[in-house]
Amino acid sequence: MIFNMSDKDTITAISTPPGTGAIAVIRLSGESALEICEAVFVSPADKELTGQDPNTLHYGTIRDEDEIIDEVVVGLFKAPHSYTGENLVEISCHGSVYIQKRILELLVSKGARLARPGEFTMRAFMNGKLDLTQVEAVADLIASGSKAAHRVAMSQMRGGFTEEIKKLRDKLLTFISLLELELDFSEEDVEFADRSQLKVLLEEITRLLQKLKNSFSLGNVIKNGVPVAIAGKTNSGKSTLLNLLLREEKAIVSEIEGTTRDAIEDLISIQGIHFRLIDTAGIRHTEDAVEKLGIARTLEKIRQAVVVIHLLDARLPAEELILQIEHLEGYSGQDEKKRIIVLNKIDLIPDDSLDMISREIENHLTKKDYLVSMSAKKGIHLDRLEKALIEAAGMDTTSENDVIITNVRHYEALDRSLSAVRRAVDGLDHGIAGDLLAQDIRETIHYLSEITGEITDNEILGNIFKNFCIGK
Amino acid sequence: MRQEIYDIIVVGAGHAGCEAAVAAARCGAKVLIVTIDMTKIAQMSCNPAMGGIAKGQILREIDALGGHSAIVTDESMIQFRMLNKSKGPAMWSPRAQCDRSLFTLKWRFILENTDNLDIWQDNVNELIIKKKIVCGVRTKMGVTFYSKAVILTTGTFEEGLIYIGRFKTNGGRIAEPNSSGISWQLNKEGIESGRMKTGTPARIDGRTINFKILEEQHGDEDIRRFSFMETEITKKQRSCYITYTNEKVHEILKQGFSESPLYNGTIKGKGPRYCPSIETKIITFGEKEQHQLFLEPEGWKTNEYYLNGFSSSLPLDVQYKALRNIKGLENARIYRPGYAIEYEYYPPVQLNLSLESKIIESLYFAGQVNGTTGYEEAGAQGIVAGINAAMKMKGKDPVILKRDEAYIGVLIDDLINKGVDEPYRMFTSRAEYRILLRQDNADMRLTPIAIGIGLAEPERERIYNDRNRKRKEIKKFIENYSITPEKANSYLIRKNSSPIRQRIKLIDILLRPEVSIEELRESVEDLNIYKKDQKFYDKELWESVEVEIKYKGYIERERMLADKVKRLNNIKLETDIKYDDLKSISTEGRQKLNKIKPETIGQALRIPGVSPSDINILLLYMGR
Repeated sequence: MIFNMSDKDTITAISTPPGTGAIAVIRLSGESALEICEAVFVSPADKELTGQDPNTLHYGTIRDEDEIIDEVVVGLFKAPHSYTGENLVEISCHGSVYIQKRILELLVSKGARLARPGEFTMRAFMNGKLDLTQVEAVADLIASGSKAAHRVAMSQMRGGFTEEIKKLRDKLLTFISLLELELDFSEEDVEFADRSQLKVLLEEITRLLQKLKNSFSLGNVIKNGVPVAIAGKTNSGKSTLLNLLLREEKAIVSEIEGTTRDAIEDLISIQGIHFRLIDTAGIRHTEDAVEKLGIARTLEKIRQAVVVIHLLDARLPAEELILQIEHLEGYSGQDEKKRIIVLNKIDLIPDDSLDMISREIENHLTKKDYLVSMSAKKGIHLDRLEKALIEAAGMDTTSENDVIITNVRHYEALDRSLSAVRRAVDGLDHGIAGDLLAQDIRETIHYLSEITGEITDNEILGNIFKNFCIGK
Repeated sequence: MRQEIYDIIVVGAGHAGCEAAVAAARCGAKVLIVTIDMTKIAQMSCNPAMGGIAKGQILREIDALGGHSAIVTDESMIQFRMLNKSKGPAMWSPRAQCDRSLFTLKWRFILENTDNLDIWQDNVNELIIKKKIVCGVRTKMGVTFYSKAVILTTGTFEEGLIYIGRFKTNGGRIAEPNSSGISWQLNKEGIESGRMKTGTPARIDGRTINFKILEEQHGDEDIRRFSFMETEITKKQRSCYITYTNEKVHEILKQGFSESPLYNGTIKGKGPRYCPSIETKIITFGEKEQHQLFLEPEGWKTNEYYLNGFSSSLPLDVQYKALRNIKGLENARIYRPGYAIEYEYYPPVQLNLSLESKIIESLYFAGQVNGTTGYEEAGAQGIVAGINAAMKMKGKDPVILKRDEAYIGVLIDDLINKGVDEPYRMFTSRAEYRILLRQDNADMRLTPIAIGIGLAEPERERIYNDRNRKRKEIKKFIENYSITPEKANSYLIRKNSSPIRQRIKLIDILLRPEVSIEELRESVEDLNIYKKDQKFYDKELWESVEVEIKYKGYIERERMLADKVKRLNNIKLETDIKYDDLKSISTEGRQKLNKIKPETIGQALRIPGVSPSDINILLLYMGR
């Protein structure tokens, strides 16, 4: 998108989410924001908006000629002290879609232009109101549907994220200064830190970067939903379970084996946390090309998932069920995945045989696995499954102050700096020469600077001259 | 007097002036060089040494471009050391102690024997400028010379002021007159100037030094050339000596501080942080009990020693008293005291990358007048200014070296885009592509350019082609030659490297960090074939190929990063961008962008005060 700097026109948009709510906010930003609003706004005391102080609220009505459309409260902000840095008016009206639409049309008829997506934020950015990381956080904030995502976006806006990176960067700068000192001034009478101290520092940095990178995957998960694969033999009740969770008929349910050929994804929210549910085609041996494809995709989905719900038909003998568990382990691998074993269809077996099967299966599970017995069809013990999901996703441990990175750009920069730091640690272990080591450190700093927007150039030499006696 | 008209006039015959004059003349221009004193041509005003970390690399680059500083260094060398040999290949830096008098004589010989180059001994005190174009110079003796271009290389001479304690005198170097008039005139023409300061230590009579109790520093056994040409270099060497200051010395020096022009506010100019005077070291690093000093011989046939690390402008009696409390100098006599000098410089942001003034056409600036320090930095700018003045005369594009191409490129790019706030010295850390800019490959990087503009003489071109061919042969040999366990294993075991079981390609052994090609060559008879068939025992070339093989990964990664920046460099910025409207760019960033008006995104990125996020905004503005 080419952002045209001459765009000085006034833009407007409904700033609250689409649909009907108690109230809605319509924003108007640009040089003539106040004048345009003035043209449709009438206050009881007939005061003129343009003459009012900034940062004030005004009650009145929006009218189309003589017709009163709604009673509203208008907030006034003047350039440069507004969100966008321009003159800004916020009209709070009632939430009806009809009213919102009428007011918007009215504003356009008086000279405002409908804003393009993100244009308010873009203007704020161009006018120096937000830095890049904040813009990204705002975009996330707008997109965030869940509580956790909102929390992440808010903390990023407060700059917590940039702070942590800055701290890292400072440490690296000290390090590189020592290294450069050693390289450029080794002929001179200076002392520098020994290699083992440098290694400790590098390892500390690696840990911090890794933590940030991990928090990214958590951040990503919060934004896009925790990917949960629902796996199990054909007819173990996967689609029924999915439908139960979705409480609507989205996946194709049928008694005929193999109806659910494709992986279907849907988003649900449990206690404000998003889960992306992936129904999977049953895994079995087949010659059917389409079905083969479905199975391949299933396996891929299982590999991507953070949590796997493995559905078992409780009517089958315990040995058979354990075989199924082992079979799936072969596919999904023994990585960081959390596994919830669901003994389904418990309404169809007696309690004592359930106890027995449960015990046998439990013996086969590890501490990080969950075992839930339920009936998807009857909706028995759904609460247990939901509780297991939240725990398995590790969401209950997300504290508000944790730095969570949610942006791909940052992730890439982190990833690259991490691999550079790792090369440096590796090099240090192999007694690599300082100039080569410095290359890796410089790369790390470069990528971190991409995030924080700071300049490295003269800092290194500045550090050296400040802290060391240089010069014959 | 007959008025000669020249293509190019060079004002000043220091390291910058000499390189500029010879390069311009060799590129076909008719050149005049004006110097105050012909016996002081290319004088080493401070320490009698060339090269060192980053500077050695520059010296080799000057040579690869067809300059002469390296040749003169080779011919006047009295000691050679390859610094940083224990570090990676980017850091290997040749350094030489030189015979100060010989250095001057050799340069003078080159000037006197360069075609199209005239020398005139006089003091230039006025430029002839018409309609913002320079067209000649006038001298103190009242002589006028006309020319199409002028290169200003006045070093520390323009309005130079010398300080020793409360003693103060005009001068460009101790006991030499300064020059005056040009800076005043240029200020009126709209070119800013400022003051900088530097200093030099006392010179000592070697007969009064007690060398017996001092630590001796020998030269390397393996003496290398700075020049890629086949110059004659010395076999014998002279030693340097190491001593230290102590708390008594510091006490004595402190007593003189009230009379120090540096600390009583007399000197306003900014001095270099990395080359502080002894008084600055004591104040800034008060906790250090001693500072290291080097005694460097000034030549073959002189008793004069340069006391490196003891630069000072304290009163003579304080210098003397302090000196005599240093180990080995208890009875020392001084030939010449240390002094500080303050001089006029012209902030280099007023220049184009060709070193031509943005304000006065055809006026070039090179060397210390641009706020740099160091003979090598000066020579580097000199050769570039000389080439570019000649190119302009011929109507050709200027030669602009890039940051991934040469330290000289880094140097000039830094000067023009970042400016200076203290005398600028090159460090390897200023280069982002240090592993590409090695001393061993300077000819590969730059000699093709010299050939392209006609600066390389036929002999240099022949040597370049020869080396290039040999490099390829050596590389091919290393890649293809299989070595047997019988031949390699005794060496490998000696080096604690695991022995080989079957024939293996030489290149695969060479990738082991503990293995060196030179040692391998000595141990394995078959590898000596190249030793026999060449006039010079070219160990250096083998080493250079080895570096390219061993550090391939690092070299390639740096190349990749450089190419990435190159792509940014290719994004042109229009000159009429109203940076003030781009409110998202930091205030400082906007000011700097407005002032420098970068031509490309890449150039904008290197301006101090312009941050990467400012660049993102620029890219956004341009719709990228």
